[in-house]
Amino acid sequence: MSDTETKTEQTDLIVEEPSGSMMLNMGPSHPAMHGIVRIILQLEGEVVKAADMEIGYLHRAFEKHAESVTYTQVMPWTDRLNYVSPLINNFGYAMCVEKIFGIKVTERCEYVRVIMGEISRIVDHLTCIGASAMELNAFTVFLYMMKAREWLYELIEDVTGARVTISYARIGGVRADLTPNFKERCLHQLKRIRETLKECDALLTKNRIFMDRMQGIGIISKEDAISYAFTGPMLRACGIPYDVRRAYPYHVYDQLDFEIPVGENGDCYDRYLVRMEEMQQSMRIIEQALEKIPGGPVNVDFEGNLIIEPPVVVDEAKMGKIAEIADRPVDVSPNLEGQEGDSYYKVNPDLKQVIIPPKQKSYTSIEGLMNHFKLIMYGHGIRPPKGEAYVCVEGGNGELGFYIVSDGTDRGYRIRVRPPCYNFVAAFPKMILGLSIADIIPAFGSVNMIGGELDH
Amino acid sequence: MEESALIQSIRAKIANDILGFHSFRGDDTILVRRESVFAVLKMLKEEFDFNMLADLTAVDYLGQEPRFEVVYHLNSLEKNIRIRIKTPVNEGEEVDSIVSLWAIANWLEREVWDMFGIKFKDHPDLRRLLMYDEFEGHPLRKDYPINKRQPRVAPIWKGIR
Repeated sequence: MSDTETKTEQTDLIVEEPSGSMMLNMGPSHPAMHGIVRIILQLEGEVVKAADMEIGYLHRAFEKHAESVTYTQVMPWTDRLNYVSPLINNFGYAMCVEKIFGIKVTERCEYVRVIMGEISRIVDHLTCIGASAMELNAFTVFLYMMKAREWLYELIEDVTGARVTISYARIGGVRADLTPNFKERCLHQLKRIRETLKECDALLTKNRIFMDRMQGIGIISKEDAISYAFTGPMLRACGIPYDVRRAYPYHVYDQLDFEIPVGENGDCYDRYLVRMEEMQQSMRIIEQALEKIPGGPVNVDFEGNLIIEPPVVVDEAKMGKIAEIADRPVDVSPNLEGQEGDSYYKVNPDLKQVIIPPKQKSYTSIEGLMNHFKLIMYGHGIRPPKGEAYVCVEGGNGELGFYIVSDGTDRGYRIRVRPPCYNFVAAFPKMILGLSIADIIPAFGSVNMIGGELDH
Repeated sequence: MEESALIQSIRAKIANDILGFHSFRGDDTILVRRESVFAVLKMLKEEFDFNMLADLTAVDYLGQEPRFEVVYHLNSLEKNIRIRIKTPVNEGEEVDSIVSLWAIANWLEREVWDMFGIKFKDHPDLRRLLMYDEFEGHPLRKDYPINKRQPRVAPIWKGIR
């Protein structure tokens, strides 16, 4: 008996089938399997004796496709990784490319990214808790949370113009600045969300049925959690206060005051509590960021050579000093007097120009259109230097990492995404060992598997 | 090229196993020999407190010798530092599996085998992870055409005739 046990533990696999046990497929198409994943269960009566996961049903070859297009064109696909919090994916990818370039985005952009990222995190947690409560028949909570999510989606739609597949980030900035009345609207919605969360808290947290279904279910120990490289709420529920925002601060998180909630037991109930508290902390972060946000541009400007005044260019050219002015951007207007129109410098990687021009420019002027094409088209594109970079951000589920190898061309040589829920699903057979079938549902709900990022 | 303090202290331990190192954009990276990758990772885990395997992947440098690079990203929860270990692998060569060090390596190595066809020695269960078992080839290799289709079932119109 002990022999079989150790064997099962080592491989997480069904090694042999003793008589009286039953094989059961859960999924791939099952209402509680959030996306498409198959759990192969070996049951004795109703108790799980062994389990194996089969993933890949949603494999869309993100990494392969990302290698075949220019850096800017990858952005829409990052939306489809974690489609519940796509903004964080956008920012993570943009940050990784910026790191290879060596670009530092403007301070206002950092604040905008923090605000939008935290809104996205609240959306993610609302969806996770609402869905897993619904699976335990708490349908009211699901509706309340979806209503609250709708308010946030309206905010996101206001700023970005889209609800789910957003593509808001740009390499070197964001697509658009916050709307003029964003602060008031955002604070108003946060107030309403606090009320909703209070209601949901009253419905769930001390609810006898909910506690019985969640407490002591899906436990994972600290050691196992680290061995499986858990991050995010799942790791914090085990009592380890690891948060990428605190451990490796990016953007302006080191200037904002927030706490990292931790659990004790590493079970579903603690994960629920951690997620509930994280939403409160995210709202705190948003409020502070709205207070502190500075003015200025949201997109990076040109870096590099100073712009030469038009008269100087004329003088230099008359003197025959062509070589000195050849590669430098010139601000020229037709009458050589003012700068009434925008001028477009030649696309030059040394200038680190990565921001695509605003849509009204590319639709109404030939220069804007050319600039747009030059930054996006195959064979033109932006070209980072050779090198490699790994960037991690705190996604809704945990550490979302991007690893990009650049060979100096306009396309990423290798673009790898490290999805946070991959690790949870890998450890899931361990978490449900010895539980009954009914307990698999809350355990899987607390894992918050997102098929898009799990299967790349 | 300047060395970071972390690379210096690691280099002092395993000078013979190191093929190269760099710190591009602040990411400390060490290139080690394929034969010693298990020992190096074990040493990093035990002596330098890199207790989390954040990521494991591979890169295909088609046309170069050796062709692949297996990339490990380690993270230390205590010290909040990261390091990247890379090891060159040629086609047909095997890398030592690190499942005994970190449990998540089980799936990550399966994924690398699935996507790149790099085998891991002593892996307990080296099956495909994302693709199905009958899939031919390894899709993330550079010589795998991006438009190639391998449907599991023949198209319906072919079945009718």
